[in-house]
Amino acid sequence: MDISPSFFYLFAGFAVAFSLLVVFKKNPVASAFSLVIVFFAFAGIYALLGAHLIAALQILVYAGAIMVLFVFVIMLLNADTPSFDLGRSHWGLRLAAMILCLVAFGLFTWALKESPLPIFRGPFSPEQVDAAGGNTQVLSELMFSEYILPFELTSILLLGAMIGAVAIAKRKEAGNANRNAH
Amino acid sequence: MGKLTMDTLGWCILIGKAVGVILVLVSSVPLMVWVERRGSALMQNRLGPNRVGPLGLIQPLADSIKLIFKEDLIPGHVTAFYFVLAPLLSLIPAFMTFAVIPFAAPILVEGRTISFQVADLNVGLLYIFAIASLGVYGIIMAGWSSNNKYSLLGSLRSSSQMISYELSMGLSVIGIIMVFSSVRLGDIAASQGEAWIYLGSLMIPKWGVLIQPLGFLIFLTAAFAETNRLPFDLPEGESELVAGYHLEYGSMKFAIFMMAEYLNMTTASGLMVSLYFGGWQMFWPLTWIFDALGFTGMPHEWARVVFQTASFTIKVAAFLWFFVWVRWTLPRFRYDQLMNFGWKVMLPLSLANIFLTGALIYWKVI
Repeated sequence: MDISPSFFYLFAGFAVAFSLLVVFKKNPVASAFSLVIVFFAFAGIYALLGAHLIAALQILVYAGAIMVLFVFVIMLLNADTPSFDLGRSHWGLRLAAMILCLVAFGLFTWALKESPLPIFRGPFSPEQVDAAGGNTQVLSELMFSEYILPFELTSILLLGAMIGAVAIAKRKEAGNANRNAH
Repeated sequence: MGKLTMDTLGWCILIGKAVGVILVLVSSVPLMVWVERRGSALMQNRLGPNRVGPLGLIQPLADSIKLIFKEDLIPGHVTAFYFVLAPLLSLIPAFMTFAVIPFAAPILVEGRTISFQVADLNVGLLYIFAIASLGVYGIIMAGWSSNNKYSLLGSLRSSSQMISYELSMGLSVIGIIMVFSSVRLGDIAASQGEAWIYLGSLMIPKWGVLIQPLGFLIFLTAAFAETNRLPFDLPEGESELVAGYHLEYGSMKFAIFMMAEYLNMTTASGLMVSLYFGGWQMFWPLTWIFDALGFTGMPHEWARVVFQTASFTIKVAAFLWFFVWVRWTLPRFRYDQLMNFGWKVMLPLSLANIFLTGALIYWKVI
């Protein structure tokens, strides 16, 4: 299964264009909406690569949940005014940022050009994944057999974060109650 | 795999299915508007629209002509670009979700398997949740771009409501996935035709609602919250928010929001039928008629497709009526009640359902 180049360039173009909009838009809500389109473009590229599960999860988790919360918070805080002033940044800082960006870009180009081809390929080619029942099944089988320990550790990490969030919220509540009592 | 390597006939079938599904969905909207208005009239002991056409059936057409010819107004205080974009953003996901819902079993015609769903994705159910979670953007965008306190409050309510209930909805379906061990809706619908237990000579099929009653109740409740229908229509809440997120909208832009709501209802009904009510599996009078017809060969297969589509449609229609019935029966929840119910009742229940299902599968009850 080959990735169709025209579709790839379409999605990649969308991703780059809207990433730029995320940075350059003055309005935070507009930036957030642009970021949603970037996630969509990524999902499109994943789908072209045959990774439908990753594409669906990308939309479900990033576009559907995380960005909704982002937009939600932006609207609640009513952050219509930009949080920093672009005009007042130091010229030295700007120059340094520009040089660092160019260096990073050069580094990436060099690394991609010099890396030996073909890159090492794992045992899961798209054909084999299809033969084994599609990538949802293959991924879940791997997750609950070979990678069960990292999977469980990630769950514990998330549980820890959840308990932490609840604890912080509860402490604030208790603090408020104390203040009211005095 | 390989939609990119299909032949011409394959493409024609695919496009035909997509166009057919979209046409049926679009034409179901005016019908639903009529059912809603006549249904509410029935429950409130009045007549409802009955002047235009027989039984008032042409009324939705007259309504849509009115909406199309009204002035397409964009108020001066809104962010125009997002204001226009918002109704479209709520309509598109409503259409997209129906793509993976199967309305008949696949048929084999001259060596080519035609499945009766627009796209048979191996992520099936996840695709529906992924696209459905985008519907909230239209509402958020409408509320924010309207630059109006009531609209913003409405869209804030709706986003928190949809996020909260999406969670229980997703978790309630896990039970079904565990029982049928597939996320493809086609597989799930097909497995529901298998026998579960026998009561004498009566075969009880493995319908989702019979083996996952708790999961179904959670899913049903969450579906009402996700489609912003009463008793969970807090985002609109006429009595406190005037009309919520679509307060500033008029003419066709308002009609598009309404269309999206009805399409979401249809998709939710289609989903409930596919997951819990056997999908395209035929039920008693239809199976009896189908057997009595006694076709063989290809006519038999095509008759099967027709009967399966019919039974799917009847089941979906029953659920659509249920949506209308509930809307005109139950009063609206208060906002804090809604949130408490979502997080303190629905979420623990859906988690309990997963554990219960696991235990039942372990002891080979289901």
